[in-house]
Amino acid sequence: MTDRAADTAAAITVTPALATPPVERPADAPAHGLGTSLPPADAQAKALGTYPYTADLWAEGLLWAAVLRSPHPHARIRRIDTAQAAAMPGVRAVVTHEDATGPGGLGRAVPDRPAFASEVVRYHGEPVAAVAADHPETARLAAAAIVVEYEVQDAVTDPEKSFEAPPLHPDGNLVRHIPLRHGDPAVTGEVVVEGLYRVGRQDPAPVGVESGLAVPRPDGGVELYIASTDPHTDRDRLAACLGLAAEQVKICVTGVPGALGDREDLGFQLPLALLAVRTGSPVKLAATREESFLGHAHRHPTLLRYWHHADREGKLVKVEAQLLMDAGAYADDSAEVLAAAVSFAAGPYVVPNAVIDGWAVRTNNPPSGYLRGEGALQVCAAYEGQMDKLAARLGVDPAELRARNVMATGDTLPTGQAVTCPAPVAELLAAVREAPMPALPKDGPVEDWLLPGGPDGAGDPGAVRRGVGYALGMVHMLGAEGTDEVATATVKVEGTVATVLCAAVETGQGFATLARQIVQDVLGIDEVHVAPVDTDLPPAGPGGHGRHTWVSGGAVERAAKMVRTQLLQPLAATFGMSAELLSITDGKITSYDGVLSTTVAEALEGKELWATAQCRPHPTEPLDGAGQGDAFVGLAFAAVRAVVDVDVELGAVRVVEMAIAQDVGRVLNPRQLRARIEAGVVQGVGAALTEHLRVVRGVVRRPDLAGYPLPTALDAPDVRIVALLEERDVVAPFGAKAASAVPLVVSPAAVAAAVRAATGRPVNRLPIRPQSAVGGA
Amino acid sequence: MSTHAPHAPDSARLVALPSTLDDAVAALAEIPAAVPVAGGTDLMASVNAGLLRPAALVGLGRLAELRGWAYQDGHALLGACLTHARMSRPDFAALIPALAAASRAAGPPQVRNAGTLGGNIITAAPSGDTLPVLAALDATLLVAGPDGDGRQIPVGNLLAGRDRLRPGELVAHVRVPLLHAPQTYLRATARTGPARATASVAVVLDPMHREVRCAVGAVAPMPLRPLDAERWVASLVDWDGERGLTPEALDAFGTYVGMACIPDPEPPADGGETPQLSPALLHLRRTVAALARRGLGRALR
Repeated sequence: MTDRAADTAAAITVTPALATPPVERPADAPAHGLGTSLPPADAQAKALGTYPYTADLWAEGLLWAAVLRSPHPHARIRRIDTAQAAAMPGVRAVVTHEDATGPGGLGRAVPDRPAFASEVVRYHGEPVAAVAADHPETARLAAAAIVVEYEVQDAVTDPEKSFEAPPLHPDGNLVRHIPLRHGDPAVTGEVVVEGLYRVGRQDPAPVGVESGLAVPRPDGGVELYIASTDPHTDRDRLAACLGLAAEQVKICVTGVPGALGDREDLGFQLPLALLAVRTGSPVKLAATREESFLGHAHRHPTLLRYWHHADREGKLVKVEAQLLMDAGAYADDSAEVLAAAVSFAAGPYVVPNAVIDGWAVRTNNPPSGYLRGEGALQVCAAYEGQMDKLAARLGVDPAELRARNVMATGDTLPTGQAVTCPAPVAELLAAVREAPMPALPKDGPVEDWLLPGGPDGAGDPGAVRRGVGYALGMVHMLGAEGTDEVATATVKVEGTVATVLCAAVETGQGFATLARQIVQDVLGIDEVHVAPVDTDLPPAGPGGHGRHTWVSGGAVERAAKMVRTQLLQPLAATFGMSAELLSITDGKITSYDGVLSTTVAEALEGKELWATAQCRPHPTEPLDGAGQGDAFVGLAFAAVRAVVDVDVELGAVRVVEMAIAQDVGRVLNPRQLRARIEAGVVQGVGAALTEHLRVVRGVVRRPDLAGYPLPTALDAPDVRIVALLEERDVVAPFGAKAASAVPLVVSPAAVAAAVRAATGRPVNRLPIRPQSAVGGA
Repeated sequence: MSTHAPHAPDSARLVALPSTLDDAVAALAEIPAAVPVAGGTDLMASVNAGLLRPAALVGLGRLAELRGWAYQDGHALLGACLTHARMSRPDFAALIPALAAASRAAGPPQVRNAGTLGGNIITAAPSGDTLPVLAALDATLLVAGPDGDGRQIPVGNLLAGRDRLRPGELVAHVRVPLLHAPQTYLRATARTGPARATASVAVVLDPMHREVRCAVGAVAPMPLRPLDAERWVASLVDWDGERGLTPEALDAFGTYVGMACIPDPEPPADGGETPQLSPALLHLRRTVAALARRGLGRALR
């Protein structure tokens, strides 16, 4: 409840006669405050194409950079000869591992990756050298003219063989093993179903590929204008590799053209910074789509083997699972991703006993890292496959079997952590079960049928089967296992304008809009600006896991409330009443009885008010040797019902409708929330049907948007949001939960379940290949 | 720092923009290394990817005479610069239905608006949508060259590499027969939206010669013609009455086409175990069979 609403309520009880009715904003008034669909400030510029992204930046006398990447997944470097490249006209600098003299390494969670490959390359596309030249073509040609002698080694590309393979990295091949043991591991159920599942390598494929501009500073440092989503970590890693102090590297975040995790490849940022320092000139680097596919982190390809034990009624008794995640050559965020996979391996179900082993191992495959829904997506596809299998074994309706096992607040995760946040899983499932089914094509005119295969396609109505599938899933909020979560925000008011300074990056998740809504709510000021982010601000952490809504938004709210107190306290003293009896609306300060009023501008008396505040949620603890511990601050749930049409002769799948019910805590911006859910569902449909970066013996095949088919408008299903359950999470500042990741986590499992229902095939592999979707149930 | 875009580099390439076919041929003769470009939907993508670096370009965008079609002895002479969008329109579909269907299938609207028939032939991508249709129609390419008269190349010969364009030659027209009978073009793709075909089948009926012609695209470097299957199924069709076939006959035709285009591996000469087709290839064969069956079924309906 807002302060303003509380004030009004108080006024009504104290002096009914004098009470002013609550201030009603006219229906056509612009959106204001939390709970309204305030549009993003930059929406128009982005729609018109005038919004400046990093690829649009330009500086006088800039040089162009190009990066030479390894063509081999695993090779020793015998010799690097840059003489020929350096001698080319127009080339200003060529850098290799010898030039990155700092002691640090790259990699977000674990800096175990060299700035440039020195003795060995460990994946196809690992940066080996970089060039700065006065023209992008010259830079590319010069990079190609660098002579690197490789001694090709056997590539370890099967994660199962990584355990026995010679170490690919000084830290060994096992990044992490979590042996989770919960309850009685020896117990068995009357019914046991076994399944083997595979989840492919999804790429974030952001709309805008990596690009940036680096400008050298007189003090020997460098400023980077890049679309970083975690500027402070990036700055620290870059400074350590360059041998500079952290203050000498500044990252100015410039418009982020799409981010679904850790957006930027550090192996792209480092050459940019290094070449600017080396040449003393501004340097621009614009990656191609191919480099983007090769460079940044992907979703962990995962192999999952499951045994679900249940009684005759279908109540789960025990879940046994073995999860093997392919981390690529470097650790990156793999340890955290594995923790999420192991913790949620049984799903949002009551499972009294669990034996779950998870491993993340190094291979010479493309790098894996944080992509939203990490870990949770892979296990969701597998445990929901198991639930379908169990339902088929027992002859029970799949949705009914799920309903018999769902967890609720107070139940325990396999990690031993009690679920204290709202967990309305039963309500979510009921909502999607009750939603009306989409119409069958035969109910409409034949010209309007959109069969699998597309308009004018090969689709044959006689071969099309409709399938319906259900899936439930969950994600955690904020960093897990003792991550120190903290954000700092400053709110400034001058005249009738408020400004928010916070290092939380607007990645499309809507933080900048939310920050404006928070300040509008607390201070009653309409015009709120969010300052650009750079590393001179105190850190706010990376985007994702609902962090910026919870932690950064919490800091903004606190700072705004401090400003409010500063503003109202002197006024309250003058009026002779407590500050709580004053309210601010539309730039006017009014006392509870409406007798005394003034404007914010007058109350400020030309002063500027500033306040800075921090938000730090309650701490978590790491998982122990048996995978037990209170590792998560909060959880968010969703249920999805997928309806698909499958051409069972061609194996072509079209997702007709995705009905989703989601546990959102509280709706802060309805339109933005809807957009995030739709985007998550569509990305999940991509993961279910087409998105997989193909790799043959460690070499990436066709790293372009023709070889990696993303869902188009024709592939995107109708997204029916049947329920947004608003049960506030009391420990979160606004009671809101992370909203973007959970639709993505649940959707692929739901599509797989629906294809299973349509074809009668097991469908145990994502993305679903056409040959797995032929059949005829 | 600002955000204005850089100027084009000074190393701008030599570009000719002829407005007649003769000028275009002359321009190509003058600069033998020049590459003709019409819609540029394939060529410029290769340039941007750094795969091609043409020394000079001859733009065909102003050749109005190649953007339409004419009739000649029961054939249509299609200009090589006809865009996919133009060929998708109903008037064209009434003439050559399968080519119109292939043009509708070829990529998103932006590509169809720019990409041309001649470009699709010259790029000769295995998944090129018009190619199986042209193969089924036994189309002939009319090539303009520096020698004046020009020459004719059957489309299959060019795609198979048996006959190549010589320096300075340009595909000007494509001659296809007007058959006045149903034709179909069906394809399988990885997604519902625009995508390259993983398999495509064109079926063309020629009631005059009592022939069924079929070509399969995307499964081999060039379109494949299952001639035996064509002859066999044509012998079953009652050309003078109801043309329909039984479901069993259609099914057998599909299987015949699938086996012809993706045959079982030969047993090894030393009598060892015959290698098995991979599941992906078996699925591709099933897909071709289903497309051929559906395509013929729709053509005979």
